[in-house]
Amino acid sequence: MKDKLKDFFKKDLVQYILKRVLMFIPTLFLISVLVFIVIQLPPGDYVSAHIAALQSEGEYVDADYAADLRAEYGLDQPVVVQYLKWVKDIIWTPTDSAFYRLNHSHHNWKYSFYYGKNVWSVIHDRLGLTIAVTSVIMIFQYAVSIPIAIYSATHQYSVFDYIFSVIGFLGTAIPNFILAIVLMYLSYKWTGNANVGLFSQDILANGINWGNFGDFMKRMIIPIVVIGTSGTCGIIRSVRAQMLDELGQQYTLTARAKGVKESKIVMKYCFRAAINPTVSGLGGILSSLFSGSTVTAMVLNMQIQGPQLYNALSSQDMYLAGAIVMVQAVLVVIGILLADIILAFIDPRIRYSGGTR
Amino acid sequence: MSKRKKTQEDYYLASQWTLMARKLKKHKLAKVSMIVLAILYFGALFADFIAPYNINSEFPAAYKDTHPTKIHMYHDGEKVGPFVYGVEWVVDKKTFTRSIVEDTSEYFPVGFFVKGDDYKLFGLIPCNIHLFGTKTGSNGSPASSARIYIFGGDQYGVDLFSRVMKGSQVSLTIPFASAIISFFLGVTIGSISGYFGGAIDIVIQRIIEVIGAVPQIPLWMALSAAIPLGISTIKMYFYMTIILSFINWTGMARIVRGKFLSLKNEDYVMAARLSGVSTWKIIWKHLVPGFMSYLIVSMTLGIPGSIVGETSMSYLGLGIKSPATSWGVLLHDASNVTDIATNPHKLIPIIFVTITVLAFNFLGDGLRDAADPYK
Repeated sequence: MKDKLKDFFKKDLVQYILKRVLMFIPTLFLISVLVFIVIQLPPGDYVSAHIAALQSEGEYVDADYAADLRAEYGLDQPVVVQYLKWVKDIIWTPTDSAFYRLNHSHHNWKYSFYYGKNVWSVIHDRLGLTIAVTSVIMIFQYAVSIPIAIYSATHQYSVFDYIFSVIGFLGTAIPNFILAIVLMYLSYKWTGNANVGLFSQDILANGINWGNFGDFMKRMIIPIVVIGTSGTCGIIRSVRAQMLDELGQQYTLTARAKGVKESKIVMKYCFRAAINPTVSGLGGILSSLFSGSTVTAMVLNMQIQGPQLYNALSSQDMYLAGAIVMVQAVLVVIGILLADIILAFIDPRIRYSGGTR
Repeated sequence: MSKRKKTQEDYYLASQWTLMARKLKKHKLAKVSMIVLAILYFGALFADFIAPYNINSEFPAAYKDTHPTKIHMYHDGEKVGPFVYGVEWVVDKKTFTRSIVEDTSEYFPVGFFVKGDDYKLFGLIPCNIHLFGTKTGSNGSPASSARIYIFGGDQYGVDLFSRVMKGSQVSLTIPFASAIISFFLGVTIGSISGYFGGAIDIVIQRIIEVIGAVPQIPLWMALSAAIPLGISTIKMYFYMTIILSFINWTGMARIVRGKFLSLKNEDYVMAARLSGVSTWKIIWKHLVPGFMSYLIVSMTLGIPGSIVGETSMSYLGLGIKSPATSWGVLLHDASNVTDIATNPHKLIPIIFVTITVLAFNFLGDGLRDAADPYK
């Protein structure tokens, strides 16, 4: 048993995955530093904003009060200490009665000022839907673009290849929130209903389950088109170009000369080689999905994280905003990690040489 | 020497840039895009002159939400050349809805190079000649009482075409300026990373990876929240440029680093180093020109992203704000669906954003093909 375990860890693939997972930790650390810097950027801190608000209401605030508040929330401490405290709050969320007490003192700096709640409980509300929306769009992107790309590459210069190429070019270039505005306008013009992305109360309250999955998918049509188009077109273009490269290679010719079936050449050899850059671009695709969905969600009035981030920013609630950016970045990094592992599975060269980069 | 031999010799003697230019000329889409972009930038440069009105002047309330002005040829069955009518508001006595109707009693001929609102060309030269506009009416009313709004008016009665032109000054230059800043940042940081290697390299690579992992628009939004409120437009412009460059340099730095890793051990670099050339000079004089074409491609392909960034941030109200104008601000005014449904002309700025983004993409693609002149 022990030997088996030893053998298991000696495998290239396992070692490679372990190495990648270990590298995940410094990346997480750096992301948290970056987000913390962003949080610290706006001039003034919460206490000064709070006091300005009090003063505007005509209350008399003496100087000691501000100092007391700063001391209470640790704002008078060095930045490093503040950072460590912040990280502690992210990793370890107090759930006992002390949390409950603090929860109701809305100006505690650990908490989202606007909602008066713990940052994570606010994010949690929308995180499920955000991940669901993003994954549905991503699955759609791959499911649609890869067959089209293979078709275009194997039928180069055919009518459909041209049509797909033109659509692909336009799709990558047109900003998706603009597509959203136009689609919203058309939808209003034709159906009189502009709330194309709005989820039903049931989905918002209970999350997605088998009962409302059909309804969820129906409401996803326009978001998929709007947010997914540019990614889909991007994948079509890159896979098509890669496939054309691979189809012209010597080994393809050899396989053909030996009488291997064309479908087998395409699927077993060329496609496997051509898919590499697309898989390694998974993190980038995920990142652009979050990016695209942020503005689009606001145009379409979708209840995912985008509007939440916007509200947090416009009310200067930097802790909530920072947390949302952080969650998205971590999801992207997990995407990159997954991509690296998948790549190691499908391309043995990578696990021997120790990585793509 | 035969003609064929001559062209062959030309080909072998041509510099890299000549070859690139030659190849770019063959790329039709890139050529068209270049012309389109030249027109757009030319328009931005002379925006005050091309726009028929100064958007900071006062606008008559009658033109609020007006649809694009109709340009007529016949007045009372008589051909009098292109002209427009003034407009007035009519209130329906039963429903109390207001509608804008043309006042056909007097016509105002349209002409080129007419006198209009005062402005300063390039912000310096006081001037009041506009490319086109209305002239004095047939009954002697002043030219300013009838207006030509080829794209219609916004919710304050300001000419949308003038705003699009003025907005292009912001929307077209911010991405350009930020591309240049990220170019210098990228080359400097990337070259340090590639040239020195070791621990510096590892740290810089991690930072690039992290910035690349954070979704762009959320990060831009978070950064723009850090801009203090109530600052002047010029400062806002400056901040936006910095924010947009904050992400774009990473791609550039990655290319530079990769090229450095492959080039730094070349003999000619060693020779330069032995002759006592400073590191800075080796980087900028001997190494960077060798892969300049790739950098320009990367810069061009980065611009559309910045344009989308600026427009979407201004659209959300986090970037440039009214009364300053950019295409994003114009789209912000068009964010109310019921309003757009009755005034679809407010969607016109979308066409400009899309065309610009497309043109930069096509040009970038053409440049990418041309960057490899021997292929």
